[in-house]
Amino acid sequence: MNLPSILLSLLLFAHSPFLASEEARPLADDPVLEERVKAISYELRCLVCQNQTIADSNAGLAIDLRNQVRDMLKRGMSDTDIREFMVARYGDFVLYNPPVKNTTVLLWLGPLLMLVIAGVLAIRVIRSRSKSSASQDLADSDMNRARAMLSESDEKRS
Amino acid sequence: MTPEIGHFAIILAFCMSVLQSLFGLVGYARGYVQWMSSVRRTSYLIFLLTSVGFACLAISFLTNDFSVLNVASNSNSQLPWPYRLAATWGSHEGSLLLWVLMLTGWMAAVARFSRGIPTEMISLILGVMATVAIGFYLFMLLTSNPFDRLLPPAADGRDLNPLLQDPGMVIHPPMLYMGYVGFSVVFAFAIAALISGRLDTTWARWSRPWTTVAWAFLTIGIALGSWWAYYELGWGGWWFWDPVENASFMPWLCGTALMHSLLVTEKRGSFKIWTVLLAIITFSLSLLGTFLVRSGVLTSVHAFATDPERGVFILGFLVVVIGTSLLLFAWRAPKVGLGGKFQTVSRESALLANNVLLVVAAASVLLGTLYPLFLDALGFGKISVGPPYFDAVFFPIMAPAMFLMGVGPLARWKDSPVPDLMQKLKWSFIVAVVSALILPFVMGDWNVLVSIGLLLALWIALASIVNLGTRLKQIRSGRTVTLVSALSSIPRSYYGMLLAHIGVAVFIVGVTLVNGYEVEKDVKMSIGDTVSMGSYTIQLDSLEDLTGPNYEGVEGTLSVYKGERLVEVMYPQKRMYTVQQMPMTEAAIDTGFTRDLYISLGEPLNDGAWVVRVYLKPFVDWIWGGCFLMALGGIFAVSDRRYRKAGSSSAAATSAP
Amino acid sequence: MKVLKFLIPLVVFLGVSIFLFKGLSLNPREVPSPLIDKPAPAFSLPLLHETGSTLSTGDMRGQVWLLNVFASWCGPCLEEHPIIVDFSERGVIPVLGLNYKDNSVNAKRWLERHGDSYSSVVVDLDGRSGLDYGVYGVPESFLIDGDGIIRYKKIGPLSQADIEADILPLIDKYKR
Repeated sequence: MNLPSILLSLLLFAHSPFLASEEARPLADDPVLEERVKAISYELRCLVCQNQTIADSNAGLAIDLRNQVRDMLKRGMSDTDIREFMVARYGDFVLYNPPVKNTTVLLWLGPLLMLVIAGVLAIRVIRSRSKSSASQDLADSDMNRARAMLSESDEKRS
Repeated sequence: MTPEIGHFAIILAFCMSVLQSLFGLVGYARGYVQWMSSVRRTSYLIFLLTSVGFACLAISFLTNDFSVLNVASNSNSQLPWPYRLAATWGSHEGSLLLWVLMLTGWMAAVARFSRGIPTEMISLILGVMATVAIGFYLFMLLTSNPFDRLLPPAADGRDLNPLLQDPGMVIHPPMLYMGYVGFSVVFAFAIAALISGRLDTTWARWSRPWTTVAWAFLTIGIALGSWWAYYELGWGGWWFWDPVENASFMPWLCGTALMHSLLVTEKRGSFKIWTVLLAIITFSLSLLGTFLVRSGVLTSVHAFATDPERGVFILGFLVVVIGTSLLLFAWRAPKVGLGGKFQTVSRESALLANNVLLVVAAASVLLGTLYPLFLDALGFGKISVGPPYFDAVFFPIMAPAMFLMGVGPLARWKDSPVPDLMQKLKWSFIVAVVSALILPFVMGDWNVLVSIGLLLALWIALASIVNLGTRLKQIRSGRTVTLVSALSSIPRSYYGMLLAHIGVAVFIVGVTLVNGYEVEKDVKMSIGDTVSMGSYTIQLDSLEDLTGPNYEGVEGTLSVYKGERLVEVMYPQKRMYTVQQMPMTEAAIDTGFTRDLYISLGEPLNDGAWVVRVYLKPFVDWIWGGCFLMALGGIFAVSDRRYRKAGSSSAAATSAP
Repeated sequence: MKVLKFLIPLVVFLGVSIFLFKGLSLNPREVPSPLIDKPAPAFSLPLLHETGSTLSTGDMRGQVWLLNVFASWCGPCLEEHPIIVDFSERGVIPVLGLNYKDNSVNAKRWLERHGDSYSSVVVDLDGRSGLDYGVYGVPESFLIDGDGIIRYKKIGPLSQADIEADILPLIDKYKR
C-alpha cells in the first residue's frame, strides 16, 4: 500500500463518525435460539399478569418461564415438549392457542359453522328475491327509486 | 361545594331523563302533541346538566381536591394538568360520567339536527335515548358515584396509572366513547321504527348519517388506542386481541355492516328487517363491551377495578334494554314487508355477502372472547384464547370481504351481468395479481402472506380507480363536460365511499408489510457502540439521568446515520413513577412514510451497558393512516348535500307557518 | 313458525346473559391446578436451618403432609403465617415449608420474628422446584398423601375455613 492510499484511507476513516465504535453485541448468545424462545413465548400466558404473554411481560414468573423455555430448547426439546411441560404445571390456561379437544371443538368449528349457516341463509334470500315475481311493496320501492333518480338528476343540474 | 353541585346536577339530569322518557314514549302512545314536542327542549337541558356535572368533576381534578375519593385515588398534586384533566375519565366512575355526557350530547345533537323528522318520530327516538340514559344515571348514582367525598381528606392522591399518563389518554377515550355511544342514536331510530311501524327508505335516509358519524368516531377511537399501545408499551405491538379491544372492535364490525345494509334499505327498500336487527345488535355490543370492561368477568390489561355488584347492575340493565328491544323486534318484524327484487349477481347480493362476512367475523370474535367464560361456567376448566386463535379465524373470514370490496361498488343494483363486471375489472385483477407476485421479490423476501395481503390491497385500490373512471365516463358520455366539472358533479358520499375503501387498502398494506418485513434487534450497548439496521447505523452517544414532575429515570441519546449522514437523534427513556412505583418504557420513534425506526431502552446490565431494543417497522404508520382515511371517508359521506338539503328544506318548512 | 324465527336473536341473547351472570361469581384469575391427583414432583433441596443437609420428597413417603410455599418478601404470606403456625402446632400432619426464591438470611429473620413451627424448611433458591409445582402466586399450599400424590392445592393465603372444610377431611381420608 502506497502512501497516498494510506492517507486517503485515514482521511476517510477520520470522516467516519464510527471511528472508535464497535457493533453492539446481540443480547442473546445465540440469536437463532432466541427467535425460537420468542416464538414459543408469544403463545404462553403469564399467569400472574392481567392478560399478557410471557414474551411481553417482565413479571418475575414470565422471566423464569422464558429462561425455562430457553433451557429446554438448549437441551434439544421440541416445541411440543415445552408446551406439554407448561400444561402439566399450569393447565390449558397457559396456552393462548387452545388445543383442539372435546371442549374446544365449538370454539374452533364455531366460526366455520356460523359462516356456513349464514351463507346458506343468504343464498336462500338471494334465490327467493330473484325468483319472486311481485314483491309486496315493489311499488313503494319503485317510487323510491324514481325519487332517488330525480334527486340525483337534481344534483347533476345544480 | 363543587362536587356537591356536580352531584346535584347529575341527580337533576336523571330526573329530567325520567320525564323525557315519559313524555316521549307515553306522549307518542297517547298522541299528546305537547308532550311530544317537549322532548327536544328537555334533551338540551339534560345535556347542559350533565355538562355541569362533568365540569364539576373536572374542576375537582384540576384543583387537586383530595377530599373527593375519585380524585384522591386517581390523581396526584405532581401530575401535570392535562393529565389531571384526563384523569377525570381515568377511573371507572369518571369514565361512566363521560359515557353519559356523550349520550346526552348525541341526544342534544339529534334534537338539534333532525329538524326534518316528524315530531312523533323524534319524540320516540329521544324517548328511547332518555330511557337508556336513565339506566346509566341510576348505575352511576347507586353504585359508582364519582363525587363521593373522602373523610378525612387525603394529603395527596395515589396518582394516575402511569400507562394512562400520555397524550393518548387525553383524546382516545373521548373519541372511542363518541363512537360507542353514537350507535345509541341508530339504535333509538330502530326502536322508533319498530314501534311506529315506519320502517321505510325515508327512515333509512334519516339513520344513515348518524350511523356513519358514530362509526367514523369509533374508527378514530380504535386507531388512536392502537397507536397509543404501539408507542407506549415499549415493543411496538399495535393490536393484541385483548377482550377490551375486542369489545370495541365487535361494534365496529357490526357498525360497518350496518352502514352497508342501511345503504340497501335506503336505495332499494330491501334488507329492512336485517338492518333494524343489526342496529339493535351493534348498540347491544357497545353495551356488552361496557359490561365486559367493568364487571370483571374477563381478565384484561385495560379492565377497571371491578366489583360484582356493579356487574349485576349492568347485566340487569343489559337484559332489560336488549331483551326488550329484541322482544319488540320479534313482535314487529314479521309484519315488515320485503323490498324490491334483485338478481343473484347484483349490488344487493354483494352487500348481503359483505354483511354476512362482517357479522360472522364479529360473532367469531365474540365467540373467542367469551369462550373461556362459557367453559368455566360449565365447569370444564379454564382455557385462554389469544392472538393465535383470532389470527387464524379472523383473516380467512375477512379476505373474501376484502375481495368483494373491489366488486361490490361496481356492481349495478338489481341485476349486474357478470360479463360486464369482468370486462370492467379484468385489468385491475391482472395488474393486482402480477404486482402482488412480483413486489415481495423487490422487497427482498417472497412470502405467501405478504403476496396475498398486497393482492387484496392492490385489488381494492385499482378497482376503486376503475370505479371512478367508469363513473366519469358515464357522466361525460354524449355530453361535453370538462373533467373538473364532471368530478365536481359526483356527490360527496361517493367520494367518501372511495376514500374509505382506499383507507382499507392502505391499512392492509401497513399490516402486511410490518408483519412480513419487520426487523428487530435486541443488543447490549455501551456508550459509543453502534447497531446497524437496514441502511441505518445507530450509535449510542450518552445516557443521562432525568427527573420528571412525578417520575425519575434515564434518557439515552442515540444518533441515527444513513451511510455517514446524521439523519436523526433519538431519545428513548426508562422512567420510574415515584408514587405508583411502576417502571415505564418510553420508546423513541422516528416516524417515516415508509418505515418507523423504534428504539426502546431495556434494562441496565452489570457493566454499565444497557439492553437496547431497536426495531425497523416498514409501513407501520399506514395502519393508522388507513384508519384515518376510513374515518375521513365517513365524514365526507355525511357532508353530502343530500343530508344537508333534507335538513335545510324541512327547517324552512317548519318555519313557514 | 314465522314468528319463532324472529325470536332467535332474543333466545341467543338470553342464553349468553345466563353465562355472563354465572361469570360474575367466577374468578377468571383462579386457575385450577392440573397437578391434583398427580404425583408430586420430586425434589431434593437443602434445609434452611441445617446447612449442608438436604431433604427430598422420598423422605416424606408414607405420611400425609402439607407443603407450604412462602417467602419473606411476600406480603400475603405474612397474613397467612399465623394460621400455618397454629395448624402445624396442632401436630396433625408435618408441615414442610418451601422457602421460594428468597435470601436465606432474610428468611431466617422472618421466621424468628413471625414464628417457625414448620417441621422442616427447604430452600428453593432459583425457584426450580416451585416451577415444577406450578407455583405462580406465593403463598401456595399443597396437601400430599402417603403415596406422594397431590390431593389439594391452594393458591394464595390459606384460611382457617380452608383448613377446617377442605384440608382436615382430606387428611382423614388419606391418613391410614
